[in-house]
Amino acid sequence: MRITRNALLSVCLLTAMPALNAADKVSRDKIKGLDEQVQDIKTDVLAISTELLQLEETLIYPSNTQVSVFVSVAPDHDVRLDSLDVIVDGEEVTHHVYTHKELEALKSGGVQRVYTGNVRSGKHTLEVVLSGVTAGNDEYRETATHTFTKEEGPSLVEVSLFGSNNNIHFKDR
Amino acid sequence: MACRHIALLGLCVLSATGVADSSNASSPRDLFLSESFYYAEQGLYFDAISRLDAELQQYQRVDERQLDPLHIHANYAEFSVGDFELSYRMHRKAGRAIQAVLEGNVSAAIRNEAAYRLARIYYEKGEKVNALHTIERIEGDVPVHIRHDERLLRAQIYTVNGRFSDAVELLEKLEKVEGYQGFAGYNLGVALILQGEEEKGLEQLDKAGQLKVDEDNEPALAIRDKANLTLGYRLLKNEKAGSAAQYLDRVRLQGPFSNKALLGAGWSNVARQKFDRALVPWNILFKRNPTNKAVQESLLGVPYAYANLELHGRAAVLYGSALDAFGAELVRLKDSVASIRSGNFLKVMVREEIKLDSNWLIRLRELPETPETYYLMDLMASNDFQALLKNYLDLEDMRQRLVAWQGHLDAYEDMIALRRDYYEPLLPGIDERFRVLDSKIRLRMEQRQSLDDRLQRLLVAPRPELLATADERMALESLEKIAANYAGNDGPSAQEARRRIARMRGVLAWDIHTDYDRRLTEAFEHLRELDDDVARLERIYASYVRTRQAATQSYQGYDDRISLARNNIRQAALKVDRLMKGVGHMLEAMAIAELEQRQERLEQYRVQARFAMAESYDRAVKAQQEQAHGGIGEEESSP
Repeated sequence: MRITRNALLSVCLLTAMPALNAADKVSRDKIKGLDEQVQDIKTDVLAISTELLQLEETLIYPSNTQVSVFVSVAPDHDVRLDSLDVIVDGEEVTHHVYTHKELEALKSGGVQRVYTGNVRSGKHTLEVVLSGVTAGNDEYRETATHTFTKEEGPSLVEVSLFGSNNNIHFKDR
Repeated sequence: MACRHIALLGLCVLSATGVADSSNASSPRDLFLSESFYYAEQGLYFDAISRLDAELQQYQRVDERQLDPLHIHANYAEFSVGDFELSYRMHRKAGRAIQAVLEGNVSAAIRNEAAYRLARIYYEKGEKVNALHTIERIEGDVPVHIRHDERLLRAQIYTVNGRFSDAVELLEKLEKVEGYQGFAGYNLGVALILQGEEEKGLEQLDKAGQLKVDEDNEPALAIRDKANLTLGYRLLKNEKAGSAAQYLDRVRLQGPFSNKALLGAGWSNVARQKFDRALVPWNILFKRNPTNKAVQESLLGVPYAYANLELHGRAAVLYGSALDAFGAELVRLKDSVASIRSGNFLKVMVREEIKLDSNWLIRLRELPETPETYYLMDLMASNDFQALLKNYLDLEDMRQRLVAWQGHLDAYEDMIALRRDYYEPLLPGIDERFRVLDSKIRLRMEQRQSLDDRLQRLLVAPRPELLATADERMALESLEKIAANYAGNDGPSAQEARRRIARMRGVLAWDIHTDYDRRLTEAFEHLRELDDDVARLERIYASYVRTRQAATQSYQGYDDRISLARNNIRQAALKVDRLMKGVGHMLEAMAIAELEQRQERLEQYRVQARFAMAESYDRAVKAQQEQAHGGIGEEESSP
C-alpha cells in the first residue's frame, strides 16, 4: 500500500492546524504597510468630505434661508414606523421610507436629519405625516402641524416621535 | 453594535459621574452630535465622522462658543470622533483615535471601552505588542457589559505575548462566570498547554468539552466542539489515538468542526488498526461536499480502510470515484484561479446587493459565475484576508464617493455660473437705486435727529412758539399782514382793527402757551412713532444689505475652494485607485495561493489515488486468481 498511515495522518493533522494558509505567501509587513496607507487615505478623504459638507451648506443652504428638520424617536414604543412625510407650506418636500437599520439607530438615540431646505424669513407651516403599523398589526397614520418662524440664523426643528405626551412633538431649536 | 450603545449612553454616564464633561440629563441634546450617532449606529462611520467633524470645525470657528449647544457636549463630541475613527479601523498611533483613548477628557468607563476595542483591533491584526500596551492602559471603571469580554481579551493577549501564567490566572476566574465557561475554559486549556502543563491543559479541554449548554446557544456549542476537536487532535499528535476517539466523537455531527472531527475519528481508529470502525465516521464524511478538505481526505481514507480489510475490488472502485471527484474539483479550482486572474473575484466583492445582505458571505457561495467565491469561507478564516477585504471595501466606498463628489463640484460650478449670470447684470442697477435711496434715508435720518435735538432743547428752555400749529402760524402771519396794512393809519377804524388784531394775537398766544405741555408731549409721541418707523426701516435696510451680500456670496469666493477641493479629490482618487490595485492584487494573490495550495494537495492525492487504485486492482485480480486457482486446485484434488 503506497499511502502509508503516517503520511495520511500527517495530512490530517495539518488540516486541523489553524490557518496556516495563503497569507504565508504575502508579506505581513506589506499588509501592514498597505493598511497604514489605507488609514492615511481615509484621513484625506474624510477631510474632503468635511470640506464639501461645509461648502454645500454655504452654497446651497445659507443660514439666512436654511431650515432643517430632525427626527428623534422614543426608545420604547409599539409602532413600527414605515415612512415619514415632511410638508413645508403645503408642499411635500420629503418622503422617507425607513429601513430596519435606520429604525434601530433611531431607537438607540440617534437623530435623523430628514430634511434640509430653504425658506424665506417669516412664518411657515411644517406638517409631518407618519405611516406605520401598530403592535396589533393595524395600520397607523398620524399627522401634526407646527408653525415656525424663520429668522436670521438657521432654523432647526426637532420632531420627537412617540414621546410620553403625544406621538408627534415639535420643538424649535 | 453594543459598543455603539455605550457611546449614546455615554452622555448619561457623564452626567452621572460629572467628569470633565459638563453635560447632564437636563441639558439639551445637540442635534448634530446625535445625528452622527444615527450614522454610527448603522455602521456608517464615514458619514458619522465627517458630519461630526464639520460640526466641530464650525463650533471651533465661532466667537461665542457658549451660545452653541455643542459646547455642552464638546468634549464628548471630540472623543466620539476618535471613537468613530476606531470603529472605521483608523487606529494609527498618531491619529485621534489613540488620543481619544489615551487622553480623552471623558469618564474612565467610556475611555476604557474605547481602549478595549482598540486592543481588540490590534489583537485581530496580529499586532500583539500594541494590543498588550493598549489593554494595559485600561484602569479603573470598566463598563459592566464588556467587563468579562475585556478579561477574556486580556487573557488572549497575554497568551499571544507569552505571559501564560497571567492568562491562566485571569481565565481561572473567568471560567466561573456564567456564559464564559466555554470560552474561558477552552482558552485556559490552550494557555496551560502552551505553558508546558500538558496534562492540566488536556484535562481543562476535557472539562470545556463536556459543558452543558443550551441547544440553541450556537457559540457555546461551537466552542465546546472546538475544545473536543483540539483535545482529540492533540492526543492524535501525541500518538494516543485510543484516547482521542472519545473526544472526537463528542463533536456534533452538524457543526462547523464536524468534518474535521469525523476525519480525526476515522484516523484514530486506523491508528489502532480498527479499519472497519474507521469506516463509520468516514462514510458519513465521504458523502459530504467534496470541496471541503476533510471530505477530500476521506475520499482516500475510505478505500484505504477497505483495502486494509482486504476488500481490494471495492477499494479500487472507490479510488476511481475519488479520482473523478479530485478531477472535477481540480477543474473547478482551475476555473476559479482563471476567474480571479481576470478580475471577477474583486468585482463580486463590491457588488451592491451583497452589501445589503448580512448573509452575503454565505450567498456568495451560490454564485455560479464566480466559482472562486466558493472557497471564500476558508479564505475568511485568515485575519489578514479579512482585514484586507475590509480595506478593499472601504476603498471602493471612497472611490464611489470621490466620483460622486466630482459630479457635485460640476453641479456647484453650474449653479454658481447661473447665479452669476442672473445677478451680475441686475446688481449694478439695484446698487444705483440703492445709493439714491440710501442718500434719502440718510437725509431723513438727519432730519429725525434734528427734531429730536430740538425737542430735547425745549425740555430745558421752553419755546411754545416752536410748537404752534400750521393754522396758528398762518393766522399769525395773516394778522401780521393786516397789521402792516394799518401801519401809519391813526383813524378810528385802524385803531379798532389794531385792537382786534392784538386781541387775536393774544388768543393765539394764549392757546400756544397754555397748550404747550400737551403739544410737547404729543411731539415726543410722534417722535416715538417715527422711531418705530425708523426701526422698521433699519430692519429692511439690514435685511436688504444681507440679501445683497448673500447675492454676491452666492457666486463669489467659491472658485478657490472648489478648485482646491477638485484638486484634492483628484489626488485622493489617484491614491485610492493605486491602493485598490495594491490591496486587490494582494487579495487575489492570497486567494490564488490558497487555491493553488489546494490544487497541489489534490494533485498529490490524485497521484496517490492512481497508485493505490492500480495496487488495489492488482491485489483484487490476484485475489480473484488465487480464489480461482484455489477452486481449480480443489477441483483437481477432488476425486
